[in-house]
Amino acid sequence: MSRPKGVQLMEGNHACAWGAIDAGARFYAGYPITPSSEIAEVCARELPGYGGTYIQMEDEIGSMAAIVGASLSGKKSFTATSGPGFSLMQENLGVGIYQEAPCVLVDIQRVGPATGLATQPAQADVMQARWGTHGDHPIIALSPASVQEMYYLTIRAFNLAERFRSPVILLGDQVVGQTYENIALPDPDSLEIMDRKKPIVPPEEYLPYQYDEEDLVPPMAAYGDKHILHASSTCHCETGYSNFKYGTNRQLLTRLKNKIYNYIDEIIDVEYFGPEDADVTLISFGSSSRVCKYAVGLAEKEGIKVNLLRLISIWPFPDREVQQALARTGAAVVAEMNQGQLIGEVNRVNTTNTPVHLASGIDGELIRPEIIMTSIREAVK
Amino acid sequence: MTKTGEDKDVTIHIDEALCKRCGFCIEYCNKKVYEADKDGMPLVKNPEECTNCRLCELRCPDFAIRVEVVNNE
Amino acid sequence: MAVKLSYREYFKEEALPLMWCAGCGNGILLRAITDALADLEIPPHQVVVSTGIGCWGKADDYMKTHGFHGSHGRALAFGTGIKLGNPDLHVLALMGDGDALAIGGNHFIHAARRNIDITAIISNNFTYGMTGGQYSPTTPLSYKTTTSPVGVAEPAFDVCGLAEECGANYVARSTVYHVTQLKRFIAAAIQKKGFTVVEAINTCPTHFGRRNIPGDSVEMMEYVKNLSVPKSRYEKMDEEEKAKHLVTGELVNKDRPDFLSVYREINSVESESGRGEGK
Repeated sequence: MSRPKGVQLMEGNHACAWGAIDAGARFYAGYPITPSSEIAEVCARELPGYGGTYIQMEDEIGSMAAIVGASLSGKKSFTATSGPGFSLMQENLGVGIYQEAPCVLVDIQRVGPATGLATQPAQADVMQARWGTHGDHPIIALSPASVQEMYYLTIRAFNLAERFRSPVILLGDQVVGQTYENIALPDPDSLEIMDRKKPIVPPEEYLPYQYDEEDLVPPMAAYGDKHILHASSTCHCETGYSNFKYGTNRQLLTRLKNKIYNYIDEIIDVEYFGPEDADVTLISFGSSSRVCKYAVGLAEKEGIKVNLLRLISIWPFPDREVQQALARTGAAVVAEMNQGQLIGEVNRVNTTNTPVHLASGIDGELIRPEIIMTSIREAVK
Repeated sequence: MTKTGEDKDVTIHIDEALCKRCGFCIEYCNKKVYEADKDGMPLVKNPEECTNCRLCELRCPDFAIRVEVVNNE
Repeated sequence: MAVKLSYREYFKEEALPLMWCAGCGNGILLRAITDALADLEIPPHQVVVSTGIGCWGKADDYMKTHGFHGSHGRALAFGTGIKLGNPDLHVLALMGDGDALAIGGNHFIHAARRNIDITAIISNNFTYGMTGGQYSPTTPLSYKTTTSPVGVAEPAFDVCGLAEECGANYVARSTVYHVTQLKRFIAAAIQKKGFTVVEAINTCPTHFGRRNIPGDSVEMMEYVKNLSVPKSRYEKMDEEEKAKHLVTGELVNKDRPDFLSVYREINSVESESGRGEGK
């Protein structure tokens, strides 16, 4: 099948796969799991046509490992999974972060823990995305709310991965993954695509983890280049080789954090919806935010002025934007399909002590408008 | 430097900083070139017996032995 | 006359001394690998060593080739991505017995089934050395370790037999005593396309030896030497004798097409640019 063009009725997972291909992904390793498997299926069918490779690994542990390996061999690589598989990928996600291997991990969230209401939607991997892997680390995660965004945010995920030399998580859910919507596919040549920095020094001078002061990111050789790349999951200095001297780990972890947090404005992405001043501000992300938009209209009919702050990037958490929204409004409702994960972060930045309520959808379906309305009514009581 | 044949010289270097005194070179040299000192450190006791088979170098787990050959031809 | 490459082209001398215990054969295996690479004259930048975790997992720190040090048991999974990301590379997965066959057992059997073009070099010292000498999937039945203080109750894996059954193209077993044979097998494995396995029976006087073999490093090496028998002798042994020994030699040598060749043929991919339908 050749690449679809123009306006298409398309499933979210398909849009994600095409976004990856348009972003330059040429390697996919994965293990099938509903509701993400269509991403694998499109890649299996399409990647050979682009000179790329699809491999079905023996498990998600191996899948995450393989995309980190392919990344270091110079390929844009990615995998897709859902909750249980996401858990299995966590260890090697940490390896990718520590070695600074750009790659994209798509998690199409479903109800858990365990098999749960397989395979109904949830947004309960918010904290797993942030802290799932062991140890101290920064992470970038984006949350699409539509099929169109499954396409564009996948491209953005690859661009951020290449820009920051870091794994990036696309945190979708069953609703955005398996909904069919019309999307407009741009001419791939019109897209802005980022590629990792390559070393400019001669091979004998190359130190794989010597970073540029301007962005704290080390230029990246690929396996096979004459610039020798030593990538280690052990504490390393600029040579890439093990280094256990006091201070080395502090230096490395600090840089890994700062290379992202010092440039946070390049990542943070939010949408404001509804009136500027409101009685209640909804804070949401992903598919829940679509129901929030509907609830804005419902509330208006009841005479309650509601607006929405939608987080498109959720990690790093947009502290400033959430703080400002809380300061401007009288009350807030956080709508999410879990028992309250994002709300903890909202409360962390709530310096104005704005009352924050939770609208929690944990029924294995898209959060119902009534749940959000109930919280809105409580908030204005 | 030690004469071991008509056309070559063999020199055996032992890096004492690298040697962990496992004793493999002493035990497995067919020509008994090595002997242990009181601490187990190998001494090149019979260099004239060395046939340059280099097995001691290859079996040294610590890269502490270097057998060097200089052709005189 | 062309100057022969030295192992020093691949071995990071400035990292000496090695971190391994006195009498541990990992250094011998490292020398055999770097000698084999030198004999084959493969430029260091065309080699990636992918290591696991454990004593042998430290080997990448002593290599001047491209290196990858990942997580416990996953050297082959990372290596699979490395190889498929750049198929021109020679990928060597350096794993211990626990690494390859316990936590990484799933990757091992599937790498062999798939016949991915990677050379697995397994340092088998019958124990988890780095963590203090617990029993591994290759600890012989009834041998003592810190977690089997009166003897292990599980039978051991036959590393080479498992690789053979799962479809590896080349399988060989040698020991850190038989250094020239070991180097020869490693060179043959690197040259062979498809999944190749060299099992190096290794010494661990510190843990395995201390609890099972009276004596020091030399006695530990004697154990390894006497445990191994060449195919010709092994085949003449009765079952009881066979159970007490490990056969050495080239045990499998065939030419089943490797994963990427089959994948490209089935998917009609001729080159990096793909089959021409994309973009």
